Amino acid sequence: MTAQAGTPSEVPQAIDREELPALRPGWLTVAAKEFTDHLLSTRFYVLVVVLGIAALIPLYFAAEQIRAVAEAASGAPAVFLALFVLSPQGGPDLLRVQAFVAIAAPLLGIGFTFDAVNGERHEGTLPRLLSQPIHRDDVINGKFAAGLAVMSLVLAVVVAVIAAFGMFRLGITPSVEEVLRVITWLLITILYVGLWLAFGLFLSVVIRRAATSALVGFGIWLFVAIPYFGPFLVQLLGSFFASGATTQADYAGTIQWAQRLLPSQLYTEASAAILSPAVTTVSAFDIYSAQAAQQIQGSQLTFDQSLLLIWPHVVILFALTIGCFALAYARFMRQEVRA
Amino acid sequence: MTATPPATPKRAADRRVSRKGRLRERDRTQPLDSDVQIVTRRLSKRYGSLVAVDNLNLEVRAGEIFGLLGQNGAGKTTTILMLLGLTEPSAGGARVAGFDPTRKPLEVKRRVGYLPDNVGFYESMTGRENLRYTARLNGLKEADAAARIATVLDQVGMTDRADTRTDTYSRGMLQRLGIADAMVKNPSVLILDEPTTAIDPLGVVEILDMLRSVVRDRGLAVLLSSHLLTQVQSVCDRVGIFAAGKLIGVGTVHELADQFGEDVGRIEVGFEGLDAGALATTAAVLGAVEGVVSVKEPVRPIDPFVLMGRAGQETGRLREAILAASVQRGLRLSLIREVVPSLDDIYRRALQRLPDARSGAAA
Ligand SMILES: Nc1ncnc2c1ncn2[C@@H]1O[C@H](COP(=O)(O)OP(=O)(O)OP(=O)(O)O)[C@@H](O)[C@H]1O
Ligand SMILES: [Mg+2]
Repeated sequence: MTAQAGTPSEVPQAIDREELPALRPGWLTVAAKEFTDHLLSTRFYVLVVVLGIAALIPLYFAAEQIRAVAEAASGAPAVFLALFVLSPQGGPDLLRVQAFVAIAAPLLGIGFTFDAVNGERHEGTLPRLLSQPIHRDDVINGKFAAGLAVMSLVLAVVVAVIAAFGMFRLGITPSVEEVLRVITWLLITILYVGLWLAFGLFLSVVIRRAATSALVGFGIWLFVAIPYFGPFLVQLLGSFFASGATTQADYAGTIQWAQRLLPSQLYTEASAAILSPAVTTVSAFDIYSAQAAQQIQGSQLTFDQSLLLIWPHVVILFALTIGCFALAYARFMRQEVRA
Repeated sequence: MTATPPATPKRAADRRVSRKGRLRERDRTQPLDSDVQIVTRRLSKRYGSLVAVDNLNLEVRAGEIFGLLGQNGAGKTTTILMLLGLTEPSAGGARVAGFDPTRKPLEVKRRVGYLPDNVGFYESMTGRENLRYTARLNGLKEADAAARIATVLDQVGMTDRADTRTDTYSRGMLQRLGIADAMVKNPSVLILDEPTTAIDPLGVVEILDMLRSVVRDRGLAVLLSSHLLTQVQSVCDRVGIFAAGKLIGVGTVHELADQFGEDVGRIEVGFEGLDAGALATTAAVLGAVEGVVSVKEPVRPIDPFVLMGRAGQETGRLREAILAASVQRGLRLSLIREVVPSLDDIYRRALQRLPDARSGAAA
């Protein structure tokens, strides 16, 4: 070409291609956008209201009882923790912060991710998003991170409100160990929420319609997280897998294993053990009620002992979360961009 | 770039030999086609037994608008997705903006602006916010991004509505915003999948003019797919006709006309002050001209006559002969020109030459 021989001006000037801006990590940008979206969304208000109810339990319903307990056992080590495990006098078991969070958190978790990917498909934004200089997994990583950040934020605020109430209105001073226990409980709860976020994400990848994935997620939550359905499901699965078992002990063992894999059971056990030093065993059927534990003095576990007790639970919950996320990831990476 | 006369490469080649090592050395590091922005080599995509793209070889250079034509299901979108690394090719490869989209998707994507067909935006955000997100994903700094966004919004005529939520936008407005979105990152390659389908006629002219000027000013390479043949003809430097995953013709509209046009020259001739009664006699005069095979009389005297020349004949001679005959007969010639076949005709003929491809795509 003539241009090459001498006159470079004839060559269409390449726009300063070398001056490309440095890229930020894609998942961070995605997460930041999703986080702001969440804070402005209706589901965020639902989250605040629902978890707000959890905070109200000790503030209004259980306060009287906690005062009574505190007076009866002045100097007892776990009064601060009672804020999280006591239910109001004669009230349903559900009205304990711990139990309430165990049921509400999964649903809220699914609520934040069930439409993460299929929603983008529906809006027609997925091809546009994926044609930006980010890796494909940045999309789901970012969405997961944003969901986790929002849930963690609200959970932390709820815990802080309850703690502040206990300290300033009821005058309970927590010991270092109690603070550690509450923080650990918060972390385990966040992990548990993470599992459901990852599960919602998986549903949003494999199910093309957001309404369907919401329904499926809700159905599974019903069977796994609700105390009435959970054990029933375990019995069903356990008896299915244990049908070959000959002895009673075998049978019971199988049931327990089935139970151990049920995330809601894992979480309930772990949170009971970490919030009540009196809980010394974690076989799913004989968790002491907190009230009973108050009376059995002397058999209290230290924080690190409790932690040791629930360590397997934490590991399994973590593995389940990673598993769900990996499934979502693997499916998403292979999917066609076009709907 | 495309209009390079055929003789030039040869001359350049001579010069390369005469100047010995120096230019050759440059050629090796900076290949002759350093301005080629999109290249595909035997690019193929299979979905099960269906071959969506079949051994595609394509080149688009900087400063050029390339139009991809083809029926529904011809494989245009599939090709585009492979160019962006959004779909893995079954075989063959591509280089876009200097990088392999399968191996270095990020390098490609930060240099290529893409408008998907049926583009969508986040409905709860305004147009400007949507573009800001794109800018962030591309690493633009906030201040640069704001200025850049204002520019591209203005270029597509969306400044007025930029600050309303995108769920209030019409289809055409979404498409305009999509074009702006593709340009936010300051790309060196633009890939537009059916960019103008929903845009009103005047809007289309504006947008195509805008595209032309960006290409001229900044040396972009543009690949666009479209079904609107007149638009493609008006804006594209080169056109590729796609059928059943194969490129059955590539070139400028003139080159394609040579390839797929009829072999006969076609000339339009118009006269001034002709009345309806004189049509037949004039036609007879034209028919008697040496080299004219047939004459089609117009219905209204103000419309031109259409003359067909002999196969393979040069039309220049024919025009001279017609001119001479008109002068001799005292007819006042107002128009004489060769008719370039429209892309419409070319496209139809190209597809007719492929009987099996046609039925294959329809099945
Ligand atoms: N995910 C997929 N699975 C199977 N076949 C597919 C898939 N995506 C596309 N195809 C097929 O590939 C072929 C090419 O499709 P493509 O979308 O590239 O066509 P197109 O030229 O863009 O058509 P249009 O003009 O309608 O946009 C079609 O026959 C289509 O059915
Ligand atoms: Mg298409």
